[in-house]
Amino acid sequence: MARKLPGFRLSLGLTMVWLGLLVLLPLAALVLKAASATPAQIWAVLCNPRVLAALRLSLLASLAAASVNLVFGTLLAWVLVRYRLPGGGLLDALVDLPFALPTAVAGIALTKIYMPDGWLGRFLPFKVAFTPVGVFVALVFIGLPFVVRTVQPVLLELPPEEEEAAACLGASRAMTLFRVVLPHLRPALCTGFALALARGMGEYGSVIFISANLPFHTEIPPLLIIARLEQYDYLGATVIACILLVISFILLFALQGLQRGSLKGAGHV
Amino acid sequence: MSETHPVLARTEPRAVRVALVLAALAFLGCFLVVPLAAVFFEALAQGWRVYLASLREPEAWAAIRLTLTATLAAVLLNTSFGLAAAWVLGKFEFPGRRLLATLIDIPFAVSPVVAGLMFMLLFGAQGWLGPWLIDRDIRIAFALPGIILATTFVTFPFVARELAPVFQAQGGEQEEAARMLGASGWQTFWRVSLPGAKWGLAYGVILCTARAMGEFGAVSVVSGHIRGVTNTLPLHIEALYNEYQFSAAFACASLLSLSALATIGLKAWVGRRKSERPTAPGSAR
Repeated sequence: MARKLPGFRLSLGLTMVWLGLLVLLPLAALVLKAASATPAQIWAVLCNPRVLAALRLSLLASLAAASVNLVFGTLLAWVLVRYRLPGGGLLDALVDLPFALPTAVAGIALTKIYMPDGWLGRFLPFKVAFTPVGVFVALVFIGLPFVVRTVQPVLLELPPEEEEAAACLGASRAMTLFRVVLPHLRPALCTGFALALARGMGEYGSVIFISANLPFHTEIPPLLIIARLEQYDYLGATVIACILLVISFILLFALQGLQRGSLKGAGHV
Repeated sequence: MSETHPVLARTEPRAVRVALVLAALAFLGCFLVVPLAAVFFEALAQGWRVYLASLREPEAWAAIRLTLTATLAAVLLNTSFGLAAAWVLGKFEFPGRRLLATLIDIPFAVSPVVAGLMFMLLFGAQGWLGPWLIDRDIRIAFALPGIILATTFVTFPFVARELAPVFQAQGGEQEEAARMLGASGWQTFWRVSLPGAKWGLAYGVILCTARAMGEFGAVSVVSGHIRGVTNTLPLHIEALYNEYQFSAAFACASLLSLSALATIGLKAWVGRRKSERPTAPGSAR
């Protein structure tokens, strides 16, 4: 298509200026600060058992939470798209609550109900609040909408003929779901999973209340960054931040690859 | 062989359906509904009088005002940026377009605490610009400008991300027709392109506002936690909670919860206007 629309230079210029000032300049400040660290200093942070414990907790809790959201997110998307429930619109809107509710509010509310004498905590045979399980619970809450919202549009556009054909050819319902429906969902599932995982790795507000921040036990990396900042150890904070950033960027680029894959896949349907 | 009805072929036996619905409801209940109910229950646990008193406190008022100011500033900045970025991404093909889209998404991949740290490295007393700013008595870190910058960073991509696909879907024919009929570039933008994309814009602004009001990690790093001065509402809630003033903390939390409920209601309404589908591709966040 011939593009003769006006404003290309102006809008590109404005975009670059905003992007440069608000995103790239702060990012450069972080990278330059990290570059001023000697290898020995970086190594010391990397080998710090408290940092390692925090990274391990964050990674494991995010993985577990993203996995739970993968299963229940798909289930929710399925129920919302396929079963016409009374009040389905309300449920659908409610799924966005973790996006809209401030993380600090989510944090204190989850802590209150999952405390040993809380509304839900009293029925559970194990402690949730103030243990690593609490971190997991907070990350499930935070990551809940991602899988639902990536899977839902794919389910809505799924052609009905394929499932009908599978059924006509004698496939059981379970077989149809796993062999016909699931392959269509796979790219969306990967995207939702990666988004939930990336969000979980960086999450701060909802976790710090329910985790109680015990060193080596329930401490997360963002908390260590803040602790070092409070001791004016900007370099140490920067090195931990860069580790987190590298993990996030790996996830972001993996995600871009997957999205491109899913677009190609959609073209073949 | 059982007979396969076209409608039955796309659904499960009744017992399975009921079990799936119950499992989904139980999951939503444990992770969304009960926490939300707990906020309001705890806020009112000591009665209306305590509830209203904790909202009337001067520090709570200062926090509400600061949150609204920072949110307004961040939304205005990001809307103006979002319009420009969505225009260039949605209406033009150029080398590096994909890279630009990726760069705009960076704030979503950065932990809010890391975002706050970046601004401290720039504007903090030990930061790159710190000494220069101190000499001129300009306060950015531990003051309103820092809070606005951190909030703007965290909510940076929302408007651009929601608006760009809408501009792209419009194509360019209508704009070209307007230009042929003698409309100026700005007239074309304000009278043709923007009205057609208004629900996409509204969607982005709603998401941006909700996130800006609740931002915690990034603001926590740059604010300095000066009570009544640089504590936003979420930071005020944290301070109250850590002092075991649970009723007051949950009272302030209930305000933000009400605004979150209004947000998701508005989002659902605008989403339905924006397209026939209840959910839009904006979900990919």
